[in-house]
Amino acid sequence: MNACLDINNLSAVLANGQRVLRSVSLAVQPGEVRALVGESGAGKTMIGKAVLGVLPSSVRVVEGDMRLEGEDLGKLQPKARRTLIGARTALIPQDPLTALNPSRRIGPQMTDRLVRILGWSGDKADKRVRQLLDEVQIRDPDRVLKSYPHELSGGMRQRVLIAAAFAAEPRLIVADEPTTALDVTVQKQILLLIAELQREHGTAILFVTHDLGVVAKISQKVSVLYAGKVVEEAETAALFAAPQHPYTRALMAATPRYTDPLASLKPVDETVLAGLAAEIAMADQAWRRPHG
Amino acid sequence: MDDARIAKRGLSPRLWLAGGWLLLALLAAIFAPLVAPQDPLAQDLMLERLPPFWLDGAEPGYWLGTDSLGRDLLSRLIFGGRIAFIVAFAAAIAACLVGSTLGLIAGYFGGWADRTISRIVDIWMAFPPVLFAILLVAVLGTGLSSVILAIAIIDWTRFCRVIRAEAMGQSRMDYVENARIAGYGRVGIMLREVLPNVVPSIVALLSLEMGIAVIVEAILSFVNLSISTDDPTWGGIIAEGRLSIHQAWWVLVFPLITLILTVLSFSQFGEALKARFDPVLR
Repeated sequence: MNACLDINNLSAVLANGQRVLRSVSLAVQPGEVRALVGESGAGKTMIGKAVLGVLPSSVRVVEGDMRLEGEDLGKLQPKARRTLIGARTALIPQDPLTALNPSRRIGPQMTDRLVRILGWSGDKADKRVRQLLDEVQIRDPDRVLKSYPHELSGGMRQRVLIAAAFAAEPRLIVADEPTTALDVTVQKQILLLIAELQREHGTAILFVTHDLGVVAKISQKVSVLYAGKVVEEAETAALFAAPQHPYTRALMAATPRYTDPLASLKPVDETVLAGLAAEIAMADQAWRRPHG
Repeated sequence: MDDARIAKRGLSPRLWLAGGWLLLALLAAIFAPLVAPQDPLAQDLMLERLPPFWLDGAEPGYWLGTDSLGRDLLSRLIFGGRIAFIVAFAAAIAACLVGSTLGLIAGYFGGWADRTISRIVDIWMAFPPVLFAILLVAVLGTGLSSVILAIAIIDWTRFCRVIRAEAMGQSRMDYVENARIAGYGRVGIMLREVLPNVVPSIVALLSLEMGIAVIVEAILSFVNLSISTDDPTWGGIIAEGRLSIHQAWWVLVFPLITLILTVLSFSQFGEALKARFDPVLR
């Protein structure tokens, strides 16, 4: 069976030639949650954007391929690619404040996509959206559908966005730090909600996060990213039981603990960083040779 | 939150004062033949330089006095309002359509479309606007349509620059990216996701531009380049009033007050409308 998403040896560079993705390979099986962890700037969001076809114009993919349910995205015409991505993927964005159009009501924003992209009737779309709002535990769908985004709280907006993402029954959802912008108290609810909907709908998720606690809760597999390079890849349980890469171990040690938050807030060790820099430099050298 | 919204929706004095004056002036202009107490063109040297009604020597029926040819000032102001409003609406809407469309395209599409449009705007704005207007009318010939055309040709850049900047900010928003992921076409995204968010600014600018059009028309009238016929215009009356300032100050002062009130009202009205069109401020 085809993987839901199969990224193979993907490299991307900035205009100045600097590599931002370094031969990334990862696969997400149907119905699987794959976490992508790393610190900010590690390129995790970049991978998500590459999959969804919305890389900034300053970033150029120079190598590798991405397959969505077996279809090579690089080989499709732009229009066909947009249609395929639109029909089979969805995004749960990081910031619910900016992900909804402030001057349009929630209802049309949610149904539009079903009607225009999937060709559903207005009634069918409306019914579907209400069902999904119910699944994300929004009890007064009439009010929410009629609201403007600014009339809802951050948590409500993220629920709406989750409902919108699942509404079109995508095969793959890219969740880009979906809890980062929320209050700590809301974070857990939202996370549980995504996990629940994921189980019910059997959707594969590429879950981008910097939070190892979230990784442990939601994912089956993890890729640890540093400077655009996958430094470790493992089953989630195995990773937490026995992290192989020094960077992964350092990340785990750096996770704050509630019992002694200040003492546990350690930056990643110098020697680990030096090792990583050497590793990256070696990989770049090996990569440059055939690529000039 | 609800309280704030009620207050905003309620009677903002700014909106009502500005809107009230504009409505009054507009109605007077539309129904000028019915409202004006005198024929604005009728000269009567027996009645020259009558003062306004509260001063000694005023004649009933000539509320704001007369000019040096004995023409009734109030009637001339009312009839002058017709040209002022026609120019304000026509020129501002024309400038708005051209400028907003180009600004939206430049801001949303970026790249060469933006570079081309922005260069044109830069070059355009390097001309001093009043000189540009005088030059244009000199080339196009005087007359109402030339004046409207000239103002639109000069001032579309005002819309273009603001709307470009706003559309550019919008195009970086996550909901635009979401729409792209969903597979919408670029033009569709521009119209459905970006345009609604710049409408409040377009409305405010439109109203502001109407005020500016009134000023430019007055300036052109002042230098005798607007409407070549005898029809009274505010700028024309000001030009005449300037000559007789020592004998009849009111011929200069009343059209100035009218002009200032109108221009101020347009800009205030625009600001208030913007707040009403914006769902976040509303």
